[in-house]
Amino acid sequence: MGRFHRHDDGTVHSHEHDEGAHEHTHDEHDHAHGDHDHVHEHDAHAADRDPAELAELIGDHSGYVTGRERIEILEDIYAENDRLAAANRAALDAAGVQAINLMSSPGSGKTTLLARTLAALQGSVRVGVVEGDIETPLDAERLSGLGAQISLLNTGNGFGGECHLDAPMVARALRGLDLQTLDLLLIENVGNLVCPAEFEVGEHRKAMVYSITEGEDKPLKYPVMFRSVGAVVVNKMDLAPYLDFDMDLFRANLAAVNPHATVIELSARTGDGVAAWLDWVAQPAGA
Amino acid sequence: MHEVSLCRQLAAAVTRATGGRPVETVHLRVGELRQVVPEALEYAWTFVVRGTPLDGSTLSLDHVPAVLSCDDCLLQTRLGPALGFSCPACGSARTHLSSGEEFVLTAVDVHDEDPADHARPAGDDAQRGLPDGALSPS
Repeated sequence: MGRFHRHDDGTVHSHEHDEGAHEHTHDEHDHAHGDHDHVHEHDAHAADRDPAELAELIGDHSGYVTGRERIEILEDIYAENDRLAAANRAALDAAGVQAINLMSSPGSGKTTLLARTLAALQGSVRVGVVEGDIETPLDAERLSGLGAQISLLNTGNGFGGECHLDAPMVARALRGLDLQTLDLLLIENVGNLVCPAEFEVGEHRKAMVYSITEGEDKPLKYPVMFRSVGAVVVNKMDLAPYLDFDMDLFRANLAAVNPHATVIELSARTGDGVAAWLDWVAQPAGA
Repeated sequence: MHEVSLCRQLAAAVTRATGGRPVETVHLRVGELRQVVPEALEYAWTFVVRGTPLDGSTLSLDHVPAVLSCDDCLLQTRLGPALGFSCPACGSARTHLSSGEEFVLTAVDVHDEDPADHARPAGDDAQRGLPDGALSPS
């Protein structure tokens, strides 16, 4: 009933007919397919109208009839982050800085590897570190005294902290560094195998630290993370004699999700194998 | 795990598109590999938008399966639970994802200004059990 009333006037504008729409709302409830009827009614009016007028009419009319309008959008929610990431990368490029986004689960030895990397590069490569620690500056303290510029991002917000670094956060951290005096930027992401893989931060390359105490199935459980990186450091190799870790199985699982990743077995604790990691770090992007 | 920050981004995008008009439903296309937990996203949405013109709106998620395209034999396959990224037909490792990584705002249903004069129109929301007049919950 309501919809016939509302079709009486072919040139309606939505707000003039609020009372009518209101009056017939109950009818709409009873007839969920009312929308379709309107479309046909529009078709009946269509013949004697030019396309622009018709388009406008349909837009107005549907809003009027149902009290509802659908706004079609196509917006990638990650686009803003990606734009900021590109801006970060441009700033790094302008200063001639290579950036590596280092990710891992908590406790994989990421900070130990970073400390060893800084110690090895001290005096030859000018390194900056963005430290995405949660809540405490503990990691930054472990890295001090090794000649690197450190920009600490406390990602905690009172609820246990952010689960990842994103491009705006890294943009903030970059303001705490003198990029002109750096060659290499190591971005230590939040320990987490899920979220950091989703956010570009402006890095040139991504790497992750995986430790052999974590189980061979991790690449299959976190394929997005393992797939996103150019290198996988397999850490804690000094523990291999005490574990049942199956390296072949791990490598097969990794190859299933990321056949192109460089695999570097090492022990950040003893330093064994770290040279291969330093070689990868020293490679230009895209190599 | 980052559903809250995604909801903040989403709320900003929806607000830009609707200019403060009352919003009923926000339509999203979410890829299988986006690691978004739908329940967490919907819950996060309720408190991210509380007290804003988006308060009371709901999310409608259109899930997109992950599809792997082989660059060698051109076969397209739905990514299986084992999540191997090699082509299941020819074994090639030269593959790419043709879908499954989306997180896209596709549409927003808005209704007339002045919601106090209107009962809530029927439709999707009625099926979700929202009460009439749920446009401005206290």
